[in-house]
Amino acid sequence: MRFGIFLLKRLLHSVFVLLGLSILIFIIARVMPGDPARAALGPRAPEWAVERVRESMYLDKPLYAQYYYWLRDALHGDFGESLVTRRDVSTDIKEFLPATMELALFSGVIMAVFGILLGAISARYSNTWIDNVVRIGSYAGVVTPSFVFAVLFLLIFGYVLHILPSIGRLSPGVARPPVITGLITIDGLFTGHFAAVGDTILHLIMPGVALALGGMSQEARITRSSMSDNLRKDYIASERAQGIPERVINLKYLLKPSLIPTVSILGLDFAALLANAFIVELIFNWPGISRYGINAILSKDLNAVIAVIMVMGIVFILVNIIVDLIVAFLDPRIRLGAERSK
Amino acid sequence: METSLHATFWARKLEAFGRGWYKFSRNPLSIIGLIAVLLVSFLATFAPFVSPYPKHAGVFVNFAEASQPPSLRHLFGTDVFGRDILSRIFFGFRFSLMLGVVVLTLVVPPGVILGLTAGYFKGTWIDTVIMRITDIFVAVPPLILALAICSVLSPNIFNAMIAVSLMWWPWYTRLVYGLSSSLRNEFFVQAAEVTGASRLHILFKEILPNCLSPIFTKMSLDMGWVILIGASLSFVGLGVQPPKPGLGTMVADGRIYMPDQWWITVFPAFAIMLVVLGFNLLGDGLRDLFAVEEV
Repeated sequence: MRFGIFLLKRLLHSVFVLLGLSILIFIIARVMPGDPARAALGPRAPEWAVERVRESMYLDKPLYAQYYYWLRDALHGDFGESLVTRRDVSTDIKEFLPATMELALFSGVIMAVFGILLGAISARYSNTWIDNVVRIGSYAGVVTPSFVFAVLFLLIFGYVLHILPSIGRLSPGVARPPVITGLITIDGLFTGHFAAVGDTILHLIMPGVALALGGMSQEARITRSSMSDNLRKDYIASERAQGIPERVINLKYLLKPSLIPTVSILGLDFAALLANAFIVELIFNWPGISRYGINAILSKDLNAVIAVIMVMGIVFILVNIIVDLIVAFLDPRIRLGAERSK
Repeated sequence: METSLHATFWARKLEAFGRGWYKFSRNPLSIIGLIAVLLVSFLATFAPFVSPYPKHAGVFVNFAEASQPPSLRHLFGTDVFGRDILSRIFFGFRFSLMLGVVVLTLVVPPGVILGLTAGYFKGTWIDTVIMRITDIFVAVPPLILALAICSVLSPNIFNAMIAVSLMWWPWYTRLVYGLSSSLRNEFFVQAAEVTGASRLHILFKEILPNCLSPIFTKMSLDMGWVILIGASLSFVGLGVQPPKPGLGTMVADGRIYMPDQWWITVFPAFAIMLVVLGFNLLGDGLRDLFAVEEV
């Protein structure tokens, strides 16, 4: 019961944060020098056309009224028209968001699974050459920007070895499965388009790994240090003394509590991943919302910029709520503490 | 009498420093970090004197030597305009370090002051207002908001600094908030309160000095992250503008000449990694030295 209240509070807080974020973005977008309508249409557009855009964006009203109209429309899922694609921003987002979600989920799974695995191996074989390789590798991974990984992968696997497709989401000639979720791999599995599934996975590898490596290294480092801390604790020694098999100790008593710090920063790492997707999608010409967003940013398409950032904020907040729930599941002090502290 | 007291004070400081240095230098990685940071700072400061072709940092064209692979004459090769990549990297360090230093100078004081205040007045409306505002700023990854701010300003390194700064202060507020809200219950703070010390005295003379090691550790780590974000902004064309040699700009420029002229892209990319790695190793060393866990 207590946990329900915790969740409710968390959700209310999220709504408040999103509202604040929308005000912040709105101020950033509207207080810019110059006239957004004129900027959208270019210097040679006739005055009446500019005037029409200005009215449609409520730019002739005071700032708080502009925000009110924007919020009213946004709550109905209407973010206005993109000044570049000339379509509704919400239509664009519906089209481009699934591709980003596919990439981010793929990348997020690689990040979490391999990060934890490498960290665990490193802690298990600490101070051997395996440990040293993992530690040096994860240092390199943390400090390398994902666009550098992306460019290097493109060079090695795309141009020199020719073993992975370098741009896009699907090879030309491969039929796209009918859209259910918008994630080609999942739609393909449901509808039996396995060629498309395989092809998309090949396309996912380079951008997905380039995005994952930074967070993965971070996860590996944190898992390693929290596991080696716990390894020295008395309870592990007592379990060993009781003759519990090493494998059971490692998986059940050592790994699970050691994952709490790892999972806690998964949310932050996922956020970094989404941010870096802005650049990696551009490099691999991945038709996602980040590429759409960066093009909107570069061409000052304000309706689209505001919408993309709001969508990113929503995704980020949802991910953090999920992370909180996983941490509560892993950490009985939080789960039971919430029950007990009535 | 006074001089001897003075001398003991400095002798103690020196001894503490010596002990700290001993502890710091036990970890070879920290030393590598320190060397990398010193090297990059040296190269950046004296770029016009140490780079083999200082003129190549700006507009310079020599098609006779264009697109040459690494050689003794040009250790890292030349780009399509015939400019020496190594020289441009040295000048690129300048932009990276400048970005880091300017952003942290702009960000740390307000972030720390807000965090100190919110932590000391924990539970009051001051705490609520400050911390809820930071919640909003940390709801979106800094790079995305910085990109958005850059987009409404004209693209150049100065605006990139402003954009990153606007996004970065809440992390210091959060860090110092945690420290300050626990320190305010310490006896020395309560003693100061009872003896009637002013709020300013308590915040800046009692609480702040005890927050300094985490702040400095975070600053060292953040130098790396800020430089990385700056490079990312430059990469998409919102930071350092060509022909100026930003490291991210150089990586982006060389991309179209891949894979045949790989050196145009690869060496600046390694340069970014060197800077970020240096500050990270240094920051980790400081963290171990100060036994800081919060950062």
